[in-house]
This record gives sequence, C-alpha cells and structure tokens, in this order.
Amino acid sequence: MDRAATADRIATLIEPFNKKGIEITDATSFSGDLEFDSLTVMDFVAAIEDEFDIIISMNQQAEIETYGQLIDAVVKLQG
Amino acid sequence: MNDLFDKFQPMIDLRAGLLASGVEDPFGLVMERVISPTVAICNGRETILLGTYNYMGMTFDPDVIDAGKEALDDFGSGTTGSRVLNGTYIGHKQVEEALKEFYAMNHAMVFSTGYQANLGIISTMAGKGDYIVLDIDSHASIWDGCKMGDAEVVPFKHNDIEAMEKRLKRIPEGAGKLVVLEGVYSMLGDIAPLEQMIGIAKKHGAMVLVDEAHSMGFIGPNGRGVAEDQGVLDQVDFVIGTFSKSVGTVGGFCVSNHPKFEILRLVCRPYVFTASLPPSVVATAATSIRKLMHAGNKRAHLWENSKTLHKGLKDRGFQLGTDEPQSAIISVMMPDLERGAAMWEALLKEGLYVNLARPPATPANMTLLRCSLCAEHSAEQVQTIIGMFERAGKVAGIIG
Repeated sequence: MDRAATADRIATLIEPFNKKGIEITDATSFSGDLEFDSLTVMDFVAAIEDEFDIIISMNQQAEIETYGQLIDAVVKLQG
Repeated sequence: MNDLFDKFQPMIDLRAGLLASGVEDPFGLVMERVISPTVAICNGRETILLGTYNYMGMTFDPDVIDAGKEALDDFGSGTTGSRVLNGTYIGHKQVEEALKEFYAMNHAMVFSTGYQANLGIISTMAGKGDYIVLDIDSHASIWDGCKMGDAEVVPFKHNDIEAMEKRLKRIPEGAGKLVVLEGVYSMLGDIAPLEQMIGIAKKHGAMVLVDEAHSMGFIGPNGRGVAEDQGVLDQVDFVIGTFSKSVGTVGGFCVSNHPKFEILRLVCRPYVFTASLPPSVVATAATSIRKLMHAGNKRAHLWENSKTLHKGLKDRGFQLGTDEPQSAIISVMMPDLERGAAMWEALLKEGLYVNLARPPATPANMTLLRCSLCAEHSAEQVQTIIGMFERAGKVAGIIG
C-alpha cells in the first residue's frame, strides 16, 4: 500500500482519538499537540496494528513522535 | 546552568500542593515500633496494618526469628560479596533447596531483591531480535527488565487474551518469544486467566514467565500461585517470586525446570554484579518457605478475611477494583488524588494504614487505596477495619 492510501486509513483511525478535533498535519506531535497519554497510545497503536496486521514494538514507537513519522513507519512495516 | 532536576518540577509541584492542603504526607510514614505483623505504632498512633503485603504474617514467626538470630551469630552480618565469588554460603544453597521443594521444580536461583529477579531474568533471556509480549499493567521491575535488554517489546491490553494472541501471531517467524504475565496484578488485586493465556503462548512457541509475587504462599493448593491454582504450573518456564511478601523478609528468586537454567548464574548481570543476601535473611527465608508448605489453615483464614473485607466495603458503598475478591488485595477506588489523600489521612487518624497508590503506578490514572490482608488479621480486626472505613469514608465524603 502506498503512502497516500496508508495515510487515508490512518486518518480515519485517529479520528476517535483526536478528542479536541485539532487539525492534523505530518508535523503534528502525539504527546505535544494531541496530548496522548500512555493508555491512549496503547489503544491507538492497537487500532493501527489490527488495521494493517503489523507489530509496532515499543522500541519502534519510541522513534515515532509525529503523525508523519507514524505514516512512514507503517508504510515501511507493511514491507 | 541547566538544572537536571527541572524534569521533576511537575512532581515537586503536585506534592507541594497536596501537602499545602494540610494532609499528612502519604509517602512519609514512619513505623516507630512494630508490635506484630498486623499492628505498629505509626506517627505516634497505634495502627492496624492493612498495606504491608505481609500476607502470611511470617515476620514474627518464632522459628523464623530463631533461624535468623542463629545465622547472624554463626555467619555474621553480611557476605560482602557476589553469589559467584565469595557470596554463596551454605544458607544460600539451603534457601534454594527450600524453593525447589516448595515449587517441586529442578532449579532455583536467589537474587538480592524481587525487582532484581525480574530485571535479571527478563533482560538476560530476551536478547536482540527476540520479542517480549507482556501485559500493559506489568510491574515496574518487568518494564525495567524489558528496557535493560535489547529485545523488541510488545505490550497488550490488560488480561486481554485476544490482544495477546494477535500480537504473538504477528511476530516474524523464527524470532525468540517470551510472554511475561503476572498471577496477581497488585494494583487492583485481580488475577490473570493464565490457563488460557499460557495455552496460547505455548501454541505460538513462546517461553512463559509468570511473576507470582502476590500469590506465593496463599493461592493454589500448595501456595505455589495462580498458575498452580489453574493447573498450568508445569507449562511455565520461569516463575519469579519474592521473599518480601508472604515469606516475610527480602530477596527475590526464579524457579525453573529448564535443563540449561544454571548457566544464568554466570550470564545474568543483576545476579552477578551485586552482593548476595545476608546469612540471616536467607536463613529466615528458608525457614519461612518450609513453614509455608504446610500453611493450609492460614491460607483458609486469609481467604475468609479477604471475602469479609470485600463484602463489608462493597455493602457500605465503596467502589472496589474487582467484583469478587480474587486475591489478598482489595483495592478501593478514589475519585481523585486529593480526595484519595484525604481518605487515606482520615483512615490513618482512625488507626488504619493502607497504601495510597496513584499514577503512574496505577492503571488508567486511577487513585487507589490498596488494602492487603494478612492471615494474622483476626476476624475481629477485619470488622474493626470495616468500621474505620465507614467512618473515614463519611468524613472524606467518599460514601454517603
């Protein structure tokens, strides 16, 4: 799946987690802008893992700070 | 100058705000005298202890005390050395023998604390390219063990069998897998569905580690823990436990049937690079463990205490961590940290000590008053405790 198609699916997945309805760009940060706490991260990561049938280990999550980095990581993990 | 303490400022402010409200410091309690496993003088008051993890009340057992005194006289106050150098005394071998008998397993390795047992076994067993699949509510020592090793760390939602299996299925073929579970989760006092989870872990070719810190001595026909109770102890590759709860002293251990287990004594850094337990500690632990093998009556009384307290608090309108009592931990949910601290203080003034647990130690940012029962609490003490909760709950505005 290419980056655009992956980004579309992630955009749908993040909606229920974007409680303040802020505008999301590739530069949006999960902890700073979206204020995700550890439980939200776990639920959101689980939703993405299930959608794409991948594992995003905590080691990999530590490298992902922004929305754009997440999309790139998911594209890569799909192989 | 960049002050490296700046990162703790939110915690410093939170604590200052709490103390400014006039509440006694919930994390600064001092036990001035300890009268028994269930009663101490705290901050000048006689206090019933309901937050010690001293589940089996072994701390003042006369045989345990005698064994410790004798070892202190015969072997001195400490070993001043690593287990692999000058720090293995006959007492360390004897406590490992006692553990092997207690669990009916082939190998036992004693660490200086339970924290180090998890740290050592997890970081050593799961290396680069391996995967650790663990419950998100795991104890700090498990998380720190993951962080210290080089394995890929994959958490799943608490006690969620399906979430665990999905993650196991997605691990690349050929990678080593370690599933890490706990028998009793200490924050809410709930137990894990080990029978199903271990079955699935084995189906996917994973090795299994179960931390039975909060169940040893109490849960299971022989007090071996939740895995024994659910009939799957024989499928567990590593049982981790502690001497600082039911055993009543300090120390940690791992027991296993793996034929190559003994090599861990040479490769596990938190085992090698620290001094071994003092001779008096291993002597008290060995005596206590042997007595716990025959503690069926105490186990039965502890279950009664747990059931009575759970029902008593539920009937009085408190919100509890589990619908039914599943362990010797009864967790009482507080609406927020301020009211939790107020309730904690009201209980202390009644003469009752419980643990105030708050984020980040708690799941879902909960504030909890965690009660851990002891087999030495009398039925009468448990009724007294329920009365204290009722009065304090009204003072603090937790119940109507």
